[in-house]
Order: sequence, then structure tokens, then C-alpha cells
Amino acid sequence: MNKIYFDHNATTPIIDEVFEAVVPYLKDQWGNPSSIHWAGRGPKKALEEAREKVCKLLNCAPLELIFTCSGTEGANHAIKGLAYAKKDRGNHIITTKVEHPAVLNTCKHLSKEGFDVTYLDVDPDGMIDLEELKKSITPKTVLITVMFANNETGVIFPIKEIGDIAKERGVAFHTDAVQAAGKVPIDVQDLNVDVLTISGHKLYAPKGVGALFVRRGVRLVPLIHGGHQERNRRGGTENVPGIVALGKACEVAVRDMDKETAHLKALKERLEKGISEKVPHIKINGHPDKRLPNTANISFEFVEGESLLLNLDMKGIAASSGSACTSGSLEPSHVLVSMGITHELSHGSVRFSLGKSNTMEEVEYLIEVMPPIVERMRSMSPLYAGIK
Amino acid sequence: MYSEKVMDHFSNPRNVGEIEDASGTGTVGNPACGDIMKLTIKIENDKITDVKFKTFGCGAAIATSSMVTELVKGKELSEADKISNQTVAEALDGLPPVKMHCSNLAADALHAAIEDYKKKQGK
Repeated sequence: MNKIYFDHNATTPIIDEVFEAVVPYLKDQWGNPSSIHWAGRGPKKALEEAREKVCKLLNCAPLELIFTCSGTEGANHAIKGLAYAKKDRGNHIITTKVEHPAVLNTCKHLSKEGFDVTYLDVDPDGMIDLEELKKSITPKTVLITVMFANNETGVIFPIKEIGDIAKERGVAFHTDAVQAAGKVPIDVQDLNVDVLTISGHKLYAPKGVGALFVRRGVRLVPLIHGGHQERNRRGGTENVPGIVALGKACEVAVRDMDKETAHLKALKERLEKGISEKVPHIKINGHPDKRLPNTANISFEFVEGESLLLNLDMKGIAASSGSACTSGSLEPSHVLVSMGITHELSHGSVRFSLGKSNTMEEVEYLIEVMPPIVERMRSMSPLYAGIK
Repeated sequence: MYSEKVMDHFSNPRNVGEIEDASGTGTVGNPACGDIMKLTIKIENDKITDVKFKTFGCGAAIATSSMVTELVKGKELSEADKISNQTVAEALDGLPPVKMHCSNLAADALHAAIEDYKKKQGK
């Protein structure tokens, strides 16, 4: 059976170039980069080379980059670190209703510690209203945290405009760029972003590594206290193989971005068009233009997402869903529900997130197998009766 | 995460459809929760002679619907009364814990259908 992976927003495979770059650091170069002796020198050099490569992806300086162990750690560090550093000035945080749980639950935690959190609404396209953002800022607002791109719909937020507003009003700004990094250009020199989070395993590096851009002069209370690593900003012996991998992955992302974007866009457009033509009663979720090149989120009326995923899996296709059954809770996707999409349609959503290795043949295969799957599930659905 | 039996009933569901002149109909769940089951039964001489289902829901919802139809077909009403959601889950070699309450409604649909039948009979 063909194995087709359309779930790159969940995690990406490790590409060969990254794998090969890492092997020496799992084998011979095992030293501690903090050691001054021979064993530490190679890893230390690799660490700093990797840092420069990640900096190139974001266009920042090496001193502005902290390595972390995940996107979730980065978001926690950024949000708690900024909130704690500014708590003498105010206790108000602004975010959106559609953030990743790493951001939402960190904000929720801070509200237990006395912070007030405003969760901005999104419109049916999944976009926030900048006027609402402006109106939400009070003299007590110390932090705005808005994702660069949404993991479920791929909607890209107006980060430059948000940064300008934050700067003008003297509010710190963090963006969770985990889904955007490597897929769309990010230039922190052009964006008034104070802190930005990325994660390795969304851009073809392994799990367990991420990075945080912290603009020079921005104070962040450390999350992980320990040794002097990362200039006292993040304790813990560095994950050298992971960091080397992240560096290589960022180097590849910079090198291949234009080519990849064109490739992904062509596949996504074909996928959405093909499904739209062949399957009635569907809805493509998210802003028509301001979306990542790789993400297609489609709601299939009258059927439930998990049962579609199980059927796709039987055909070798891996995707994910906004249905409650795949979220581990009883609620369907908070992102789709916030967009005003009904619970039924949210339960029936499937996210196809494409990546480097996907081909047009794979997309055509999906377009071929999807209609009978949906038809079969609809024929079993009590909601579908009479619609035909 | 699902047992082989669940996947078997999900891939080849038994007794899908609706009985046109059903003796009783039971509908449980709601689309907002992601699961609706509609069960129609045919009852003759206090015996369930035919049963069909239609379900909107996840793998567990479809498999439990299918399983309950197999369990009750040909059964006396008194026996069918004894079937619980737990019985259905066990017949499928268990369900993941998260599915036990939300997607395991098939026996409820059965009891609702039997209730409907009894009401129609004026019993």
C-alpha cells in the first residue's frame, strides 16, 4: 500500500541532509559544549554554527537566539518571561481565541496568577480585527501574543501590523511562529516582534529542539533556571544533535524556500480544486489568500472527521481532523468553532498539510479516493437523508 | 487505538439503513457532540426480527451501532432490554477510554427504539 503523508503541520519527517548532519553529534562529537577541553570544542563550534544558520532564517543576530527543547517551551518562556518581567507595569495580556494550546494554556495559567487575558475573536475567515486589537489595549496591557500562522487552517496573521501597533503603544509582542518558520519568509528586522518562537520538528528537524528569538534589549525572566548556558537565559546542557539538526533544517529552508513554496502551492491548489469539483457539500476553511502554502482545511458536511481519517488511513493516507474525537476532548476544534463554523461542520473537518516530499500523483490519488469515502460515510449518516 | 473488532465493524458495518415500516425508532446523541445514532427496529411477537442503523460519528460510534444490531437481531424484547452500552463495548473487545461515554450510545438508541414501539402499542 502507498504511504502518503499529508500531516506535516503535526510533524515533519527528518530529511536526509539533516539526518546526515546530525550523525557525528550522536556518535563521535558527544562532548559537552561547555567543556573547555578537546571533547567540548567540536560540539561548541557546531552549536554556534547552528545558531548562525537559524539566525539567517529569521534575520536576527546570534546573541538574539536562545535554543529551547520545543515550541511549547518557547511559548511558555516567551509569555511567562515577558509577563513576569513587566508585571510591575501591568497585568493585562492580549491573545486570540485560535492560538495553539501552548499559548492558550500558558495564558490560562497566568490568569490564575492574577493576569487578565483578552482573547480576540476571529472572523469567518479566521482573521483577527486590528481595530478590535487596538481597542483592547489598556494602560495595563503588557503583552500581545498572536500566532504567525494558524496550525489548523494555515491562516497567516498580519504580524507586521500587529507589531507596529504594539510598538506604538509600548506593549511587548510575542509571536508563535512554529507553523510559519520555513514555510513563509520571516524577517524580524522588518517586524516589530520582541520574541518569536520556532520548533524544529515542523521544519524537517527532529522533535526536542526549538528556538526563541529575543530582540536585543528585551528582558525575559528565564523559565528554566540552571547553569550558564545560553548566556544564563536557559539552563540545561544543550541538545547538541537537535540543535545541529535545527541549524541544518533552517539552512535548507532558506535555500529552498522559493522552490518549496511554488511546489506546495501548486499541490494545495490542485487538492482544493479537485476535492471541490468531486465532492459536493464541502467548505474550505480559512482566509482565501492569507494562508500558508501547504495547508488545506476542508469540512465535509454530514460526516464526522475521525471516520474520514480512519478511511483515509486504510488507503494509506495520513491526515488530521478538527473533530472532538481526535482532540482527546469532547469539543471540536476551538479554531473552527471560533470562526463561527458550526459544531457539525467542525466535527467533519479534515486538515491536509503538505510537505516537501509530496507529489502531484499523491494529490491525484487523494482526489480519486476521497469521493467514494465521503459518499459511503454519508450513505450511513442520518443527517444526509433527503439532501441528495 | 481501536480493537480489530471495532475496525471490522467500522469497515464492514452490518445492517446499515432504515426500516421503512419500523415498529420503533430511536435517535440519540446530537450533531454538536459529533455523534448521532438512529436505530429502526421491526418487532413481531415480542421478538426483534429486523434492525437497521444510520450513524453520524466517529469509528467507535459506527462500530457500536453495527454491533448492537448484531446483538439484538432475533432476540426477545426481554433479552434486548438487558443489553447495555457496556455489553456493546465488551462485544467489541473494548473501546478506548475517551470513547466510552461520548460514542458508546448504541444501546441507548436501542432502548429508545423499544420505548417508541411500546408507546405506539399503548403499553
